[in-house]
Amino acid sequence: MERKIRVLVAKPGLDGHDRGAKIVARALRDAGMEVIYTGLHQTAEMVVEAAIQEDVDVVGLSLLSGAHMTLFVDVAKLLKKKGMSDVLIVGGGIIPEEDVPKLKKEGISAVFGPGTPCDEISDYIKKKVKR
Amino acid sequence: MFDKKELENIKKNRKDWEKNNYNTHVKKHPERKTKFENLSSNEIKNLFTPEDIAHLDYLKDIGFPGEFPFLRGVHPTLYRGRLWTFRQFSGFGSAEETNQRYKYLLDHGETGLSVAFDYPTLYGYDTDHPMSRGEFGKCGVAISSLQDMEILFSDIPIDKVTTSMTINGPAAIVWGFYIANAENRGVDRRIIGGTIQNDILKEYIAQKSWIFPPEPSMRLIVDTFEFGFKEIPRWNTISISGYHIREAGSTAVQELAFTVGDGVEYVKWAMKRGLDIDKFAPRLSFFFNAHNDFFEEIAKYRAARRIWAKELKKLGAKKPRSMLMRFHTQTAGCSLTAQQPEINIARVTMQGLAAVLGGTQSLHTNSMDEALALPSEKAVRIALRTQQIIAEESGVTSTVDPLGGSYYIEWLTDKMEEETYKYWDRVEQLGGVLPAIEKGFYQREIANAAYKYQKEIDENKRIIVGVNDYQLDEPIDIPILKMDEKGEERQINRLKKLRKDRNKQKYERNLERLRKAAEGDENLMPFILDCVHSYATLGETCQVLRDVFGEYEEPAIY
Amino acid sequence: MKDLVSKVLKGDPHSIARLITLAENNDPVATSAMKDIHPHTGSAHVIGITGVMGSGKSTLICELTRLFRKQGKTVGIIAIDPTSPFSGGALLGDRVRMTELAMDDGVFIRSMGTHGMLGGLTSAVYDVVEILDASGKDVVIVETVGVGQAEVDVIKIADTTLVIVVPGLGDSIQTLKAGIMEIADIYVVNKADRPGVEQTVAEVESLVDISCSGKEKKIPVLSTVAKQNKGIDELLKEIDKHKKHLEKTKEFEKQRRLRYEAELVEIIRKRLMNFIFDESTFKDKIESLINQISKKQVDPYTAAEEILGKILK
Repeated sequence: MERKIRVLVAKPGLDGHDRGAKIVARALRDAGMEVIYTGLHQTAEMVVEAAIQEDVDVVGLSLLSGAHMTLFVDVAKLLKKKGMSDVLIVGGGIIPEEDVPKLKKEGISAVFGPGTPCDEISDYIKKKVKR
Repeated sequence: MFDKKELENIKKNRKDWEKNNYNTHVKKHPERKTKFENLSSNEIKNLFTPEDIAHLDYLKDIGFPGEFPFLRGVHPTLYRGRLWTFRQFSGFGSAEETNQRYKYLLDHGETGLSVAFDYPTLYGYDTDHPMSRGEFGKCGVAISSLQDMEILFSDIPIDKVTTSMTINGPAAIVWGFYIANAENRGVDRRIIGGTIQNDILKEYIAQKSWIFPPEPSMRLIVDTFEFGFKEIPRWNTISISGYHIREAGSTAVQELAFTVGDGVEYVKWAMKRGLDIDKFAPRLSFFFNAHNDFFEEIAKYRAARRIWAKELKKLGAKKPRSMLMRFHTQTAGCSLTAQQPEINIARVTMQGLAAVLGGTQSLHTNSMDEALALPSEKAVRIALRTQQIIAEESGVTSTVDPLGGSYYIEWLTDKMEEETYKYWDRVEQLGGVLPAIEKGFYQREIANAAYKYQKEIDENKRIIVGVNDYQLDEPIDIPILKMDEKGEERQINRLKKLRKDRNKQKYERNLERLRKAAEGDENLMPFILDCVHSYATLGETCQVLRDVFGEYEEPAIY
Repeated sequence: MKDLVSKVLKGDPHSIARLITLAENNDPVATSAMKDIHPHTGSAHVIGITGVMGSGKSTLICELTRLFRKQGKTVGIIAIDPTSPFSGGALLGDRVRMTELAMDDGVFIRSMGTHGMLGGLTSAVYDVVEILDASGKDVVIVETVGVGQAEVDVIKIADTTLVIVVPGLGDSIQTLKAGIMEIADIYVVNKADRPGVEQTVAEVESLVDISCSGKEKKIPVLSTVAKQNKGIDELLKEIDKHKKHLEKTKEFEKQRRLRYEAELVEIIRKRLMNFIFDESTFKDKIESLINQISKKQVDPYTAAEEILGKILK
C-alpha cells in the first residue's frame, strides 16, 4: 500500500474564518492525503499534541486575524521543543509580505496567501514530504 | 404587465429576430462560452424582453419607492433627499489609535462610524486573558471596559454621529459600554443613534464568533430589542447580516435566503416574548455583501426588500415602518486579491456602485490592501473617495432605483425571490432555523459553494484578474499599517490599574445581581448597565453569563 | 526497534504514534514490533461504538472519556472515518468534537481512514488496538461510522459494542432491522431531547425483544443527551456491568477468540494478497490471464486455479 501523507489542518487562536482551512482540507483529501482537521480555537499546545498523536507529516496553520507572528511561531517552537522538528509546517491566511521571511526563519516552510490555487499547496507538500 | 396583444407581437418578433438575426450571427461568430452563468450558478440567457416580466403586476409587485412592497427603495426620494451614510468599518490596536483614525475619517468626509473589535473583545475576553494571546488589536480595537470605550470616543460628538458596532456574542455588554459612556458625558440616551450587529444566528452559520448556546443568546438579543425601543429609541438593536455568510463562501442566493430567514426567526422570538411587532420591527436593520456579479447583487438587495415587506406583513405588522428593510452594505472582502492590490480599487468601485443602485442606506468600501493586512491611512482614504465619486460624479443618485423596470433586473429579482423560498422550504423541513444549524445544513451548503467556487478558479473556469489570468510578476508595493507596539502593554497596565482602583464591593455586587437575573427571566440590560457603570470588565461580565448559560459547541462540518 | 517497543510499553506518545503509522503502512518494523508487543496485551477493555453520521458519537465518546478519567482510567480512542474511494484521501474530523480531551496526558486520540477495505475497517485497527492496549491504556474506544462492513467488523474487535441511534433519523432504525441488530451489547438512543424519542426507544426495544427472545439476558436500551451530559453516568454503569458480566461468564474468552480469529484471518489474507498481487513474478502471469479471459480463451475459474496452483505447489 502506498504511504499516505498525513496533514493536520489547524486553526490556532480565536479567528473563526474557516473557509480557507476547510477548502484546503478538502483539496488535500482530493489529492489523496489523510487530513486531520482540528476545528477552531486551538492553542499552540493543542495543535502540537494533536500533531504528535496523529503522527502527521505536515502541520497546516490558517489564520486571518493577523496574530500569525505570535501563534504560528508558538506552534513552530513548541513542535521543535517536543521533538517534532521533522514535521513540515505551512501557513496560510492574510499574511503581509514582510512577515514571510521572519516566519520562514522560525520554521514555517511556506506561506500561502489569498489566491493560491489548491494544487500549488498539494504539489508543494508532495514535493517536500518524502518518506 | 403588458397588453396581451402587444406581448404576442413582441414574442413573434423576438422569434423572428432569433431566427433571422441572432442564430445566423452566432453560426458565423460563435459566442465566447456555450453557457453563461452568474455567481449563484444560474444560467443567464442571451437577451431579456418584456416576455420575461409579463407575469409581474407593476402596482402589486414593483410599486413605488417608500411604499409596500418597498422593492424600489425605502424612501420616496432616496438619494435625491439624502445620500447614504459613508461608514468605513475600522478599528485596530488600542483605543487611542483607533480614536485617531476615527477623527481622520470624519475629517475626510465620513458621515458615520463603524467599530471593528479585536478577537478577544468579540469573544468576551479581556486583553489579559490567556486566550487573547497574539490577538490584541489585530482585527480591530481592543475594548475591555467602559474606560476603553471612553477613550475610543473621546472628542467625538456622539450626540451627532451615529456609530455601528460589529459585536455579537457580547453585544449587550459592549452596547452597555456605549450607553454608559454617553450617560457619563451628559448625552441623553434617548438621542444617541447607531447599530449593534447582535446577530448570533449568522455566527453559528458562518462567522463563528459565538459565546453562548442558541437559547440564551436569543434571549439576550430579545432583551436588547425590548430595552432598545423603550429606552434607546434611535438605536438599531440588530443588524441581521448576510455579509459574513457570503464571505464564508455562500452564493448570493444563499446569502439572501439565509439572512432574511434569520430576520424572520428573530421576529418570531421577539413575538414569543410578547413584544409588539410594530414597536421593535422598525429598529431591525440588515447588512449585506456587495460581490462581483453586478446585476445579481442589485437584484439581491431589491428582492430582499420585497421579501421582508411581505413576510413582516404576514407576521402581523401594521405600520409601513415595520415592513421596510434598511440595510448597510460592505464590498466583498473575499473578492479582493493580494496580487496587484491596486486593481482592487476598480473592483470596489463596481461593487459599491451595485450597492448604491440596490438602494443601500449606508456603505463601506474596502481598501485595496485588505487582502494583505489592515488598511493603511491612504488606502482607506481612496476607498472613501470612491464612495464620494459614486455619490457626486456618477449621476446615479439623480433618480430613484434607476434600474427598476429593466427586463433583466426584474426577472432576476423575481428569480432570486423564488430561490429564497425554496431554501426556506428546505429549512422548514429540517425543523426550522436552529435545528438546521444544529444539523449543519447552512454550514454544509456554504462549504460546498465555497469549494465549488475555488475549484472553478483553480480550473480556470472562472477568471479572477491578476490571480489566474493577466498575472504580473512584480513585487507588491503597498505601505502596510504599523501598529503602536506599546499598545498592548499600555492596555494591560490600564486594566491592572482599573482592577485595583474601582469599588470592589460595588462591581462584585452588580455582577452577582446579574448572575441572579440571568438565572431567572428578567430583561438583563439594566443589570448589565449597572455592571458596566461600576467598571466590571467585559471579561468579568461575560464570565458571569458563561457560568449561567454555558458555551456553544459547533457541530463539526467540513 | 527494541527501543521503540519499550517506549511504547512505557506509554510514550511519540512512540505510540510512530508505531501506529508504521503498522498502518505495513512496515516490516511494525510487524516485528507487533510480535514483541502481543504478550503485553489483553488488559484493556475494548469498547466499539458505531452509529450513523450525525448520531453524536464523538460527543458521546468525549463525555464517556471524561467519566473514565474521573475514575482514574486512561483512555485510547481510535476514530475511524471513511477513505475516499476516488482519491484515496480522507478527511478525518472527529478530533473537532473532542478538543477538551486534547490536553489530557491520560488520553490518546488517533484518527484513521478506512483505507481500501471496501467500507470495512482497515486491518491496521487490530494493531492499533493492541498498541494502545500494550501502552497501558485501561480503555480503548474504537469509533466507526455505521455504514456496512465497518459496523460488523467492529464487533469482532470490541469486548463491548455500543450502537447509537437518534430520534428522527429513520434510517438508523432501518439499518438495525437490516440485520446488524445482533451486534450490540448496549443500545444508546442519543440526542434524546429531540422530538420522537419515545417512539425511537420503543422501536429499538421491540427489536431487542425479538432478537433476545429466549435468551436470558436482554440487551439494555439507554437514552442520552451527550451534548448536555445527560444519561452518561448510567451508560458508564451499563458498560461496567457488561464488562463484569463478560468476566464472570465464558463470554469474555469467547469474545477475545473472535477478535484473534478475525485478526489471524486478516493477516493471512493480507499476506496472501500481497504475495499474489504485489510480487513481480505473478504480475505478468496475471496480466496475460486477464487478456485470455477477455478473449474467451480461458474462464476466470480456470485462471484462478492456475495461479493458486502455482502457490500451493
